[in-house]
Amino acid sequence: MQPVATAFFFYLLAGLAIASGVLVITRKNPVHSALALILTLLSQAGLYLMLYAPFVAGVQIILYVGGIMVLFLFVIMLVNIERSEKEKQFNRQWIAGVVAALALGGLFVSIYLKGRDIFPASMKPPVEIDNTQRIGEMLYSGYMFPFEIASLLLLVAIIGAVVMAKKRI
Amino acid sequence: MPGWITNYINDPRTLTPGQAGSAFWALVYILLVFGGVSLAVVCMNWLERKILAHMQVRLGPMRVGPHGLLQPIADALKLILKEDIIPDGADRFVFWLAPLIILLAVFSVYCVIPFGPTHAITDMNIGILFMLGVSSLGVLGIVMAGWASNSHYPLIGALRSSAQMVSYEVAMGLAVVSAILMTSLNDSGTGTLSMIGIVQAQYAQHTWFIFKFFPLGLIAFFIFAVAMVAETNRAPFDLPEAESELTAGFHTEYSGLRWSLFMLGEYAAMIAVSSIAITLWLGGWMRPFPNLLSGPTWELAFSFFPTLTFFGIAGLTFYSTMRMPKHPYFRLQTIGLGAFGGVFVVIGLLLLIPSVRTGIQDIYWFVAKIAVFMYLYIWYRGTFPRYRFDQLMRVGWKILLPMGIGVLMATGIVALRAEIFDFVRQLFHA
Repeated sequence: MQPVATAFFFYLLAGLAIASGVLVITRKNPVHSALALILTLLSQAGLYLMLYAPFVAGVQIILYVGGIMVLFLFVIMLVNIERSEKEKQFNRQWIAGVVAALALGGLFVSIYLKGRDIFPASMKPPVEIDNTQRIGEMLYSGYMFPFEIASLLLLVAIIGAVVMAKKRI
Repeated sequence: MPGWITNYINDPRTLTPGQAGSAFWALVYILLVFGGVSLAVVCMNWLERKILAHMQVRLGPMRVGPHGLLQPIADALKLILKEDIIPDGADRFVFWLAPLIILLAVFSVYCVIPFGPTHAITDMNIGILFMLGVSSLGVLGIVMAGWASNSHYPLIGALRSSAQMVSYEVAMGLAVVSAILMTSLNDSGTGTLSMIGIVQAQYAQHTWFIFKFFPLGLIAFFIFAVAMVAETNRAPFDLPEAESELTAGFHTEYSGLRWSLFMLGEYAAMIAVSSIAITLWLGGWMRPFPNLLSGPTWELAFSFFPTLTFFGIAGLTFYSTMRMPKHPYFRLQTIGLGAFGGVFVVIGLLLLIPSVRTGIQDIYWFVAKIAVFMYLYIWYRGTFPRYRFDQLMRVGWKILLPMGIGVLMATGIVALRAEIFDFVRQLFHA
């Protein structure tokens, strides 16, 4: 299916992602921050869809929004929010913050100016139907080793959580 | 008329009914599905109370209309007119947003449900993934509702619900993957995630996936059927709203219209997950034995089923009409019930028109399968006692999850048995 009004949807989704990203760090109430983060992740999923990657978009929604953010909220609800609302929101490391922001901004500007030389000139838009199949083939052929390493990492994290949570095993 | 509208109307995709990719037909089907699901929820409201009552040797609603038939309308009126209370100290914005998120998540799922090969709002090539992802957003609404109420029972209900839904989603996903694995058993060896593609794969393989690799398909279906009840927070897994422990769980503080949105979301979610189960394991829109009993004679025979169903309901209604008390006080109700039966007869006759008869087939079988699932939901509620929370977690993590992994591995092994035999033979010959 050919996408319609591409520019409009791109700016809508990108603007939504940035606006809700700003909300994440400016809200005092952590639950409101988490909800704004959910909106950011959802608009990211929309951007993946526009890049002809429906599988990645679906996985983004299932894993991040449906799984991780629910656990986030789960933990935040158990925290005493009244106390956290009175605490100071920003710490005093603004010099480090400015340096990091300048470095990232410089990177963006340089890519914007020189991007044509760095990235391949024109790529044929990949076929949307093949997306899931291509990812599967890549994961189980060329990228088999990193894929397995990542799953091993997750296994270690699970075992670590069990060890820390249980006193007697 | 602006040019793009004329272009749109003359587009061949717009002229074919139910063509995927046509915005016009998508809009028509969105309206149809929204109206149909809302009507189904109203019917379910009455049916659930009636069936539960008869299971417990009670009468159920009898006062409003004959056999309480107008009870859902009276309830809806009451809920709309009721005062809408937002508790003091509640987080007003989140409190307002929570029921809307639940509805949004549930009704988005209907985007990809295929009621027939051409009767779907849209067909995505990640259909089943989209469904699982979007339906998992519903838990956010429940958590938000419980937290925003600023009250103890809703908070406990929301905590229980998020733990429960996250746990059962895992087992559910594994069961779904084993069904998707079965779609790849064709010449090209490539499966599909599209909802329409999954049903077509069942047609091509001449079997519903519930009977495929017996008993593997059946076990996967069983896992999904249990996880499905837990996902929709229905009895016997209705811990988030256990009324004997938490008054009404996460929606204790909600009232009036907002509360009715939660109810609408719950019943719509039940229909949505049942449709996933039907599409994956029970052949979707296909009638029984589409390959074995094929041919024009059988087609004709099976096409009378919708009419027969409506005539059956009409017959039941007329039987009840005859049994109404003969007292003049009940005269209006008796006439009303008779007219109600008459409506069913008229619908049944309309379904006899050949063009309608063939067009309605797929939708009829899909809805009939959904109806069976809805009855099962009510039946569970009438028979099973509620699980305790630790029992619920044990069932989810220690029984369903290992079963799911086992079924997935077994399905893979059976599907690739020829390759595995070859591999072993080569090992011994070398």
